[in-house]
Amino acid sequence: MGGTLRLLNGRILDPTQQRDEIADLFIRDGVVVDALSDEGGDVECLDVAGCWVVPGLIDVHVHLREPGEEYKETIASGCLAAAAGGFTAVACMPNTKPVNDNGSITRYIVEQALTCAARVYPVGAISQGSGGDKLAEYGEMKDAGAVALTDDGRPVVDSQLMRRAMEYASSHGLPIMSHSEEIALSRHGSMHEGAVSTRLGLKGIPAAAESIMVYRDVALAELTGARLHIAHVSTEQSLAVIRAAKTRGVKVTAETAPHYFTLTDEAVEGYNTHAKMNPPLRTEKDRQAIRDALADGTLDAIATDHAPHSVLEKDVEFNLAANGIVGLETSLPLSLALVRDGVISPLRLVELMSSAPAAILGVAGGTLRPGAAADVTVIDPQRIFTFNAAESFSKGKNSPFDGWRLQGRAVLTLLAGRVTFSDR
Amino acid sequence: MTGFMAEHTGQDQHFRHQHLFGIEQLSVSDILLVLNTARSFRDISARAIKKVPTLRGKTVVNLFFEPSTRTRLSFEIAAKRMSADTFNISAAGSSAVKGETLIDTAKNIQAMKPDVVILRHSSSGAPYLLARNIEAAVINAGDGAHEHPSQGLLDMMTVLDHKGRLDGLKVAIIGDIAHSRVARSDILGFVKMGSEVFLAGPQTFIPPEVSRLGATVCGSVAEAVRDADVVMTLRIQLERQNDPLIPTLREYAKFYGINKAVLELAREDAIVMHPGPVNRGVELSPDVADGSRSVILDQVTNGVAVRMALLYLILGGSKGNEGQGDK
Repeated sequence: MGGTLRLLNGRILDPTQQRDEIADLFIRDGVVVDALSDEGGDVECLDVAGCWVVPGLIDVHVHLREPGEEYKETIASGCLAAAAGGFTAVACMPNTKPVNDNGSITRYIVEQALTCAARVYPVGAISQGSGGDKLAEYGEMKDAGAVALTDDGRPVVDSQLMRRAMEYASSHGLPIMSHSEEIALSRHGSMHEGAVSTRLGLKGIPAAAESIMVYRDVALAELTGARLHIAHVSTEQSLAVIRAAKTRGVKVTAETAPHYFTLTDEAVEGYNTHAKMNPPLRTEKDRQAIRDALADGTLDAIATDHAPHSVLEKDVEFNLAANGIVGLETSLPLSLALVRDGVISPLRLVELMSSAPAAILGVAGGTLRPGAAADVTVIDPQRIFTFNAAESFSKGKNSPFDGWRLQGRAVLTLLAGRVTFSDR
Repeated sequence: MTGFMAEHTGQDQHFRHQHLFGIEQLSVSDILLVLNTARSFRDISARAIKKVPTLRGKTVVNLFFEPSTRTRLSFEIAAKRMSADTFNISAAGSSAVKGETLIDTAKNIQAMKPDVVILRHSSSGAPYLLARNIEAAVINAGDGAHEHPSQGLLDMMTVLDHKGRLDGLKVAIIGDIAHSRVARSDILGFVKMGSEVFLAGPQTFIPPEVSRLGATVCGSVAEAVRDADVVMTLRIQLERQNDPLIPTLREYAKFYGINKAVLELAREDAIVMHPGPVNRGVELSPDVADGSRSVILDQVTNGVAVRMALLYLILGGSKGNEGQGDK
């Protein structure tokens, strides 16, 4: 977009500059520019007083379902949902059909995304077909645009394969994202193992199924020196493992998702398949531990694990229902509650949802420094709205937050200065 | 009727539930209403002509997605003794094997206007899904490892027959609690009625935090059975879905089976129960299963009466109809 845009009187929050002040933000030709050197000319002004002006949010963990399951989501519909949620970039998981395990599929995703409402960073598969057997071509995928590697949804069982993946990924400068799950312990389970699973008669997934694999992958990262990112952390035990690893200097980062700091396994009551995901919703103690870890730095990022499904996968018996919920359009409002609850500061929120995700993926963004692409999100922290899944941009309507009254949301999303969402 | 029961059941009390998903949803007075109604219906099964017209014109569908002999037969006999029309759909002969979803099946059955659907399903919670998609009443005849409320009710009826009360008793439940819907319904029921429930079995059979249901987990069978009024045993399996639970049936029988020697620890007048079918020589020694304390066949008889009562209460049969049936 040509011309100059001036966002007036917003609260600028930029963790990369430790900025938290009321000021104007100037954008020229899709780039953030220094206000002082840029007066004059044809300037479009938007008064955003009372709102936060932050670097565009980045989600390191979404499922866009294309290619292969376009009835659940497409790259285009997922990007619209992202923009509506305040995101300017997402990293999409490789468990498409076929699996994104080679350069041509990575390239297809990148090309599909060019005209979409958000930047899309493909994450390639660790193993061919995510079969857990042979390494995929990391170099080819990186050249095509892949930013990280994971067999998300299909945890890597073989420790030697995971070790080799870390070593080979390091050679190509890519991080490994671990879906940490010991499937021998979680097999046939459909919710957290505890008092609620006992009462509902559902086979449980113990917390240990996660922390055992977090420990294995931390140990392998320590062995190989690889950069490791732990996906969707849900338990207190996993946090203890990550905290200790960070203290030892292991190159590990970690994310959690809003449902893990908002809900507990009680949400499954009534066999609600919109409260079924993997890892499962845990206990109140875990929920509190996740909130603490977001504050103390053990957790680096808030990701959604946006996992759209249709009624075909969700309107069935609980144990047969697919795992996963949509999250792009509720992530920011649910995370803003952490600020209102005094768990984290506004600046830390922006770090968790923008600056740190950019660093984890090794991509541009997450900053409002002059010269950066004008990926900008304007947040109205006061706006109260009722989330109606049926009217959401995502094709997936599988949200446990359907009908929730939420406070705070993105009211303007800019991608390189271009408006991708506006609700001012 | 004991004083305890009289104070909880009014003469014209109505069953407030459209569906029966589990004991969890029932109050003490709901349970007593079912048991009192069942007792009045039990006489019908003892007559030469075992049929009353109470539910004439009502359609009862038995929708069974798991093999079952006695529960399905018990519901069918109950419905027929009340003159309802019954239809049986079992998984092998249904569309389930053709990939039809439970909701599709529900909508198709609904289109034929049944009054009640009795569901047996391997998935915990399946009756809730069915009830959300059907106008007919739904009775849970066992869902996964969740609940089997008619079994819980017939167990309470049997204990009431033999003990004259349901409060202040010590009930021991021995076996695979984790995978048992009968255990959950019994724990919830007996605790609700004011009895104490003690559980025993190898830890592989004890579900996490089961004490939150109100039961006490014991370290040994002896501890659970000591001074018990009721000793309930459950059918056990070596493994489920490749999940090893116990090494051998032989070792289980030795350490957790109920035999004469273990039963000596219970009260002199203790009764022995089992939801069937019994693994003779495993969870129950043959002499105990067939011994004087065994009330296993009373449970089966009461099963028909309890299911008659449930159909009657859920289908809203009136006292007037019942009166006609008695003449």
